[in-house]
Amino acid sequence: MERTEAELIAAVLKGDSASFEPLVQKYSPRVFATARRYARRESEVEDIAQEVWLKAFDKLKGFRGEAPFEHWLMRMTVRTCYDFLRGHQRNRESSFSDLSEPESDWLERFVTAPETASDNADAAKTLIGRVLERLSPQARLVITLLEIEDRSVKEIARLTGWSVPLVKVRAFRARAEMRKIVSKMAKDKYL
Amino acid sequence: MDIAELQKKLIAAARASAPGDQVPYAFEKRVTALLASRVAPENLDGWVRGLWRAAMSCVAVALLCGAWTFFSPAAASSTDLSQNFETTLLASVDQADQAP
Repeated sequence: MERTEAELIAAVLKGDSASFEPLVQKYSPRVFATARRYARRESEVEDIAQEVWLKAFDKLKGFRGEAPFEHWLMRMTVRTCYDFLRGHQRNRESSFSDLSEPESDWLERFVTAPETASDNADAAKTLIGRVLERLSPQARLVITLLEIEDRSVKEIARLTGWSVPLVKVRAFRARAEMRKIVSKMAKDKYL
Repeated sequence: MDIAELQKKLIAAARASAPGDQVPYAFEKRVTALLASRVAPENLDGWVRGLWRAAMSCVAVALLCGAWTFFSPAAASSTDLSQNFETTLLASVDQADQAP
């Protein structure tokens, strides 16, 4: 018979670390999908996921079971991703002069006829990747959660541990920061 | 160029490309093995920490005793342990000399 989540957690807390394995197996897809939003290289994604699970194991005593385990784990995942972003700030000051041909073509198409520039094009996806990489860790986290994952301010506050007003302030600043970077991209391409 | 529109398009592109949720082969086994390997050193850590604490306490006690011996008023007095020892040891000889 399959054990419930609560039973598995209780067993882990009693010292049976093997009971942690089914939890890792069940929730790793969500952890990996979240980590892939913030890290580009697969080795970095794996490092983040591993760190999340080690933290979860160490802090399991603090899990009170009031909210589902998944919510608790996702909070830890988002915070670990944020720590990763803070520790790996790169390419933030570089220019957009090295755009690939498909990226330049997509921008060109957007300028001449915006409706023909598809949201689904690979070039658009790599361009947004470049823009996100240039955002500050805070701005990237907020833009990803609020604009890309379409989460509410309350939900972001719960995930990040920030207060609701702080999330609103950071969202305002993040949008402004992103606008500045997109303008720079356009300027580098056309001026 | 309409920057706001471009920003919207790029956000839409990011929404359209949700990241994959595939997990590397046997990832859960790796995590459990890592946790198991961490448990043993953690037990050793307790011993090491305890022994270090004991060693530090011994050093502290030795230093305190040394300081007490060095700075105690007894050290300043004129009577010396070696002199007392010598007097006691030679007391019988002195007595023999004084005897008629």
